[in-house]
Amino acid sequence: MHEWALAEAVISTVEEVVERERYEEVFEVNLIMGELQQIDVNIIKFALKQLKKGKLGKAKFNIKTQKASFKCNVCGNIWVFNKNKFNEEVSEAIHFIPEVSHTYIKCPKCKSPDFSIVGGRGLYIGKIRGRK
Amino acid sequence: MVDPRISIIDGRLRGVKDVVVVSSGKGGVGKSLTASILALTLSRRGYKAGLLDLDFTSPSTHLILGVRGTNLREEKGIIPAEVFGLRYMSIVYYTRDRSTSLRGEDLSNILIELLAVTVWGELDFLILDMPPGIGDTTLDIIKYINRSRFLLVATPSILAFSTVHKLVDLLKSQNISIIGILENMGRGDAALAKHVEDIGVKYLGTIPFDDQVEGSMGNVDRLCDTEFASSIEKLALPSILSTMSKEL
Repeated sequence: MHEWALAEAVISTVEEVVERERYEEVFEVNLIMGELQQIDVNIIKFALKQLKKGKLGKAKFNIKTQKASFKCNVCGNIWVFNKNKFNEEVSEAIHFIPEVSHTYIKCPKCKSPDFSIVGGRGLYIGKIRGRK
Repeated sequence: MVDPRISIIDGRLRGVKDVVVVSSGKGGVGKSLTASILALTLSRRGYKAGLLDLDFTSPSTHLILGVRGTNLREEKGIIPAEVFGLRYMSIVYYTRDRSTSLRGEDLSNILIELLAVTVWGELDFLILDMPPGIGDTTLDIIKYINRSRFLLVATPSILAFSTVHKLVDLLKSQNISIIGILENMGRGDAALAKHVEDIGVKYLGTIPFDDQVEGSMGNVDRLCDTEFASSIEKLALPSILSTMSKEL
């Protein structure tokens, strides 16, 4: 239930935005979910539903998945994450801390562990729609 | 796009009364040993203590304590391991102690992730073992746990003091509390004490080089029986407890 912790973080952040921007009610929250973190969509949706309250009570959470990609800092190669290449233990480690992909992944072209996660790392909040 | 993890960090640490950051400008001065022994000593004194290893590329507290591989429990977040009376968290649970090279943005992301999802619960003290220097992790701790108090470790070497001095400058400029500077591997002269006094920081005392330590690695009972451990208890603990005693 690591997803629950992430859902709490989403709710806490949206509540801060609601307070700061003086929303009366939130209709919609758009979430971008990076593929690398392999978040279970059903669990996080369930957690968000359980946690939303007050001005967020009727908010709909839209979740869009983003492909994870890497760029090698040595040879410039760009490639995408393929979770099928890893066993359950490694997948789970990357799920909890996406940066430990540096432990288990190397550039397929030059074999360097020096790469950047250029997209699809984790969970981000996009546009929030509501009434002020 | 907004990173949702940041806003939850304060809440995750709400049950932690005091955050003590063991830091130094230089590597190899005994930070991890100090952090580990400090956490163990607090726990053995009856305080609820946690230890978080923030040296993500070169973690070592698991070797010092002799933590054996285990999986962490999940319950609406990640529950730290219970080891030797401590709540303990390290990246080695995820890297399996394999080589992991990381750039600055990765270091920040790991720190934020761990702070956002680790459920520490109620603690009297959370001890942070820092990587050397004044880079990303130090800046992030100042940014995200502003109430932290820093316990600095140096050796008699002027090289170590020079880097600690830079760390002191950074912390002072950001109004971060400094508990004091502990001298490790002392040679019995007063040179470092004088330097520390000159920069207006409390000199906590000197720990002589302790031959017993290396052979006690991985065995907490033997570690707690070393001169190093008794020095930590005698020199560092009073300053750490004095400011907390009213609250605990």
